[in-house]
Amino acid sequence: MASETLAIRDVDAYYGDSHVLHGIGFALQPGRLLGLLGRNGVGKTTCMATIMGFLRPRRGTISLFGENVAGLAPETIARKGICLVPQGRRVFRSLTVRENLMVAAQTRRDSAKPWSLDRVFALFPRLQERHAQMAGSLSGGEQQMLAIGRALMGNPRVLLMDEPSEGLAPQLVAEVGRTIAQLKAEGLSIVLVEQNIKLTLDLADDIVIVNTGVVVFTGTAAETKANDAAIAQHLGIF
Amino acid sequence: MQFWIIQTLNSVAFGGLLFLLSSGFSLAFGLMRIPNLAHGGFFMLGAYLGATIVSVGGNFWVAVLGAGLGVGLIGILFERLILRRLAGNVQGQVLVTLGVSFIIADLCLMIWTGDPWTLPAPSELRPPIRLGGFAFPTFRLVVLGIALVVAAALYVLMDRTRLGAMIRAGVDDMEMARGVGIPVSLLFTVVFSLGALLAGLGGTLGAPMLNAYPGLDADMLPLALIVVILGGAGSLLGAFVGSFAVGFLYNFGIALFPDLAYFILFLPMVLVLVFRPQGLFGRVAS
Ligand SMILES: Nc1ncnc2c1ncn2[C@@H]1O[C@H](COP(=O)(O)OP(=O)(O)OP(=O)(O)O)[C@@H](O)[C@H]1O
Ligand SMILES: [Mg+2]
Repeated sequence: MASETLAIRDVDAYYGDSHVLHGIGFALQPGRLLGLLGRNGVGKTTCMATIMGFLRPRRGTISLFGENVAGLAPETIARKGICLVPQGRRVFRSLTVRENLMVAAQTRRDSAKPWSLDRVFALFPRLQERHAQMAGSLSGGEQQMLAIGRALMGNPRVLLMDEPSEGLAPQLVAEVGRTIAQLKAEGLSIVLVEQNIKLTLDLADDIVIVNTGVVVFTGTAAETKANDAAIAQHLGIF
Repeated sequence: MQFWIIQTLNSVAFGGLLFLLSSGFSLAFGLMRIPNLAHGGFFMLGAYLGATIVSVGGNFWVAVLGAGLGVGLIGILFERLILRRLAGNVQGQVLVTLGVSFIIADLCLMIWTGDPWTLPAPSELRPPIRLGGFAFPTFRLVVLGIALVVAAALYVLMDRTRLGAMIRAGVDDMEMARGVGIPVSLLFTVVFSLGALLAGLGGTLGAPMLNAYPGLDADMLPLALIVVILGGAGSLLGAFVGSFAVGFLYNFGIALFPDLAYFILFLPMVLVLVFRPQGLFGRVAS
């Protein structure tokens, strides 16, 4: 059990009285990339928010290397190594690029090759060029790089990425895809939430499809590609 | 001519005092999303504490420091023991600050009675400075100087340190700030007690001009609110510009149109609320 990097089990989450997640569950294995797919409004972001502690699950467990983190404060969860690239990027607009990265820096004893400002700048040279610029004045693509860099500064043991390709031009989507592939190649365990099915099927090892707050399909990327019916039924395309 | 120069100087000196009052108030408002309605009480408490320290033979500057530290300590206790327990309940927090403001007012009345306490400026600062045929009140210039030094220090803290960047991140997007591991509860304590400390200092520094009297709290709180609404909650630059703007409106309003003073004071606030609700230097809430 504890070999799983992140395991979500039977999680129920609500916004006030509105019941959004109905016993959701999936597991991320070390070094793998899990693609979380689903139509608009089925609860993918809510699921990320619940893992991150933004939303308290009313039921279920969220375990990080076997330790239940459900119900902990977001800052505690972040310090345990779950780092989020949020939907809509949510960079700190009135901080410079460099400050955005610095405020998110965390050291972790067990990270062999820790992330630093220099490493993030090496990954995204564009950010280095703009290091003194206010994050709010960056382009969408640059903000996405910053959001990814900011999450990396936390030295993630699990990286959650919520629609990193949303609203980007095709060549930038491809660039984000290459970055994700590179992070995965370095051994990072990643949950990738996406609407871009092709991108996800190309990058992911495992696929989970969510519909209205429940998991309706779990399988490897290869199985998913072969299963047109599941894709057509739950994602409504092809 | 003397009238204009003196009124201008009074306005900037009062603006400096307002900056001491409202800079911390604004930062806490921006970060914690609640107006601390006991902030006027903190200022009044600072004035009484300072006057008391001087009345038992303390040096004026010791009194300023003592009042700042004393009120700062009260701020820490208030945040840690009361506000913290109501985390997430904004309405409850605001009501509690209102309740504490009443408690402070009543305690002050009990301890220091209903008669005003005067606090003379330190004797070495009483003779006016003469420049170009005009006499400038030395003490007010010193208060202005202290406010400018505090402004510079706050600027360095907020703009040049990691702690300041974390505070600004929390003002920008509290949830995301927590999500990247920023210990916001510690920031709350720091910012809230810093605001209390500055209000306490300001209370003593202001006492030679304003005295300490029952109702000083209720006189000052609206001014801090106007500053923050003009400048934008959480913006240091906004608090700076807003303080001096209010300093001028208040002094010249009272001197030139005493019947309309409050109208002149509140009109810009209403206009800002209608046309730019985030304040002149505030950010649009996301
Ligand atoms: N803060 C909120 N308060 C109340 N309801 C919300 C809130 N955020 C989302 N919801 C609702 O919860 C449901 C799930 O939303 P969620 O954002 O998790 O979907 P999603 O799968 O991420 O969608 P998308 O692909 O559009 O990002 C939706 O019906 C949405 O309207
Ligand atoms: Mg979403």
